[in-house]
Amino acid sequence: MAERLETICIVCPNGCRLTAVRKGNVIEVSGNKCPRGITYAEAEMTAPKRSFTGTVASVFKEMPVVPVRTAGEVDKAKILEIAARTREILLTRAYAAGEVAEENVCGTGVALIVTTDMRKVTGRTEEL
Amino acid sequence: MRYAAIVIGGGPAGMAAACAVKESEKVLIIEREARLGGILKQCVHDGFGVIRFGEKLSGPEYADRFIEEVYARKNIDVKVLTFVTSIEKENGYYRVSTTSGAGIETHEGENLILANGCRERTARQVNIHGTRPAGLMTAGTAQNLVNLLGVNPAKRCVILGSGDIGLIMARRLTLEGSQVLGVYEAKSSPSGLQRNLQQCLYDFGIPLHLKKTVTLVHGRDRVEGVTVADVDDGMLPIAGTEEYIPCDALIVSVGLIPENELAEKLGVAMDAKTKGPIVDQYMMTTLDGVYSVGNALHVHDLVDYVSEVSETAGKDVGRRKERATIEVLSRGLGYIVPQRIDVKNLEEKTTYYFRTARETGKAKLTVTVNGVEIYSKKYSALRPPEAERVSIKHLLKAGDELKFVLEEDDGGKA
Ligand SMILES: Cc1cc2nc3c(=O)[nH]c(=O)nc-3n(C[C@H](O)[C@H](O)[C@H](O)COP(=O)(O)OP(=O)(O)OC[C@H]3O[C@@H](n4cnc5c(N)ncnc54)[C@H](O)[C@@H]3O)c2cc1C
Ligand code: SF4
Repeated sequence: MAERLETICIVCPNGCRLTAVRKGNVIEVSGNKCPRGITYAEAEMTAPKRSFTGTVASVFKEMPVVPVRTAGEVDKAKILEIAARTREILLTRAYAAGEVAEENVCGTGVALIVTTDMRKVTGRTEEL
Repeated sequence: MRYAAIVIGGGPAGMAAACAVKESEKVLIIEREARLGGILKQCVHDGFGVIRFGEKLSGPEYADRFIEEVYARKNIDVKVLTFVTSIEKENGYYRVSTTSGAGIETHEGENLILANGCRERTARQVNIHGTRPAGLMTAGTAQNLVNLLGVNPAKRCVILGSGDIGLIMARRLTLEGSQVLGVYEAKSSPSGLQRNLQQCLYDFGIPLHLKKTVTLVHGRDRVEGVTVADVDDGMLPIAGTEEYIPCDALIVSVGLIPENELAEKLGVAMDAKTKGPIVDQYMMTTLDGVYSVGNALHVHDLVDYVSEVSETAGKDVGRRKERATIEVLSRGLGYIVPQRIDVKNLEEKTTYYFRTARETGKAKLTVTVNGVEIYSKKYSALRPPEAERVSIKHLLKAGDELKFVLEEDDGGKA
C-alpha cells in the first residue's frame, strides 16, 4: 500500500490538493479545506471509490440512450467493467427517474439507476 | 395577451428565472428544443447541485427538479420547438418573434429574460490548419452525440484544450470504449477544474500535455491524424517539435462564449470582458425590463450559481421602480458581474462574481467606497478558470466610487 499520496479532492468543486501520509496505523491528511477531504484521502490510500455515470440504450426513438448512474459509490477498480456492462443493457420500457435499471451491477452490491423520467420524454408507460 | 415576462431559453437559467417570478404574474418560456433542460440534458455526469441541494446530481436530475416546478406552476406557459428569431422594443413592452411548427408568431412581454446560454469556441477560432473533415468537432457536439443520440464519433481521438467539457468527454469516451490519446493544452496550466483533472484524466491514465497544441489536421473526408507541436510563451508553435499522431477524431474544448446576438440587436450594452451584457445586481441590462441570466450573461463554472443568479432576476420582475446606477470599478480582475449597482434599490447584501486576471499565489481582494475600505478577503491562490463569489454588505448612494482591487500578497498587482 502506498505510503504517501498526492491527489486532488473530488468531493466538491473546490478541488483541494491533498497530501496523505501513512504514519503507522494512522493516515495524516493535509491540504483539505474541510473534513470530507480527510475521509476522501483515507479512502484513496486504502480502497478508492467512485460513482459511475453514463448511458444505456433504450428502444425509444425519442431517447436512443438514457442517462444512468450507480446509486452510490463503487470500487474504482470496477468502473471500466460497469462501463462495458452498460453498453450491453437495453431498456424496453419507460423508467421513472431513480428506477433501477440493473441491481447489483457487476457484483458491486450497488444498483444502476436511471436518472431522468423517461415517461415524460417518450409519453409512454407500457412496454414496447 | 401580454406576459409580465418572456423568458428566452428553457435551460437551468430560464427555468429558475421563470419559477422565481411572482405567481400572480404570467410568464412565457420559449425553448427551441423539444424539451426543457438546456445543456444539462446532455451532461449525464454528476457533480451538479452540491451547493444548492447538498447532493451530487447528474445534469438530467438537476434539470428535472426545475422542470417539475415549471410544469406545476399555473402562471408559466411553455413553448418548445419554438425558435426566437428577433425581438423589438415597443412603447413599454417587447415584441418577440418566433418560428415553430405553428409558423411565425409574435408574443408580447413587459419584461424579457434572456437565458439563451452560451456556445462553444470552434476549431476555426483557434489556429488549426487543414480542411474540416468529419471527426473534427467541439466537445459539446461530441457530448451531444454520445449522451443524447447514442452515437460514438471517436474510436481513437485527441483532445485539444483542457476546458471542463473536454475533460468530461475524455472520461466519457474512455467509458464508451474509445481510446483517448491525450489532452493538449497550449497554455502552461489547464483551464478545467482541478477535480476534473483527477476524476476524468488521472483516474484513467489519460496524459495531459501542457504547452503543446495541434497545428494540423490530416485527412480530407475524415480525420486521419493530427500534428501536435510545442508552443513558445507567445503560444506559437516551435518548428522542429512536430509529432504526427494517427487518430479518427479531434475534439476541441477551447472555451465557451455567451450567446448574445439577440441582445446585441436589441441594443443592450455589452461588456467586452464577459462578452455578455452589462447588468446591475438584479441582472437587468442597460435596457429597462431586459434581464440577462445564466451563461448568456457570463460563463458560469457551476450550474448552482446559474440558478441563483437567475432567481435574482426573476424576483425583480414587476418591480419596475426608479433606478440609479453607479459603475463597479476594478483592478486586477479578469471581470466582475454585476458591472453596475442600482443604489436606489440596495438590498442587505449584494453578490458579486469575479475572475482573477491572471494566476496568483496568495492574494487579497479589497473593496473600497470613495477610497475607504469596506471589505476584504484573502485567497491562498486564484486561477482565471475558477470564478469566485463574494457577498458584500454596503451602503451606497449616487455618485459614490465603488472599487474592487485584487493584489497579490507580495504587494505586486495581481
Ligand atoms: C457543451 C457544454 C457542456 C457543459 N458542461 C457543464 C458541466 O459539466 N457542468 C456545469 O456546471 N456546466 C456545464 N456547462 C455550462 C452549462 O451550460 C451551464 O452550467 C448551464 O447549462 C447554463 O445554463 P443556461 O440556462 O444559461 O444555458 P443552457 O443550458 O445552454 O440553456 C440555454 C437554452 O436556450 C435555448 N435557446 C438558445 N437560443 C434560443 C433561441 N433563439 N430561441 C429559443 N431558445 C433558445 C437553448 O436551446 C437552451 O435550451 C456546459 C456548457 C456547454 C455548452
Ligand atoms: S477537502 Fe472539502 S472543501 Fe476541499 S475539495 Fe474536498 S470536500 Fe471540497
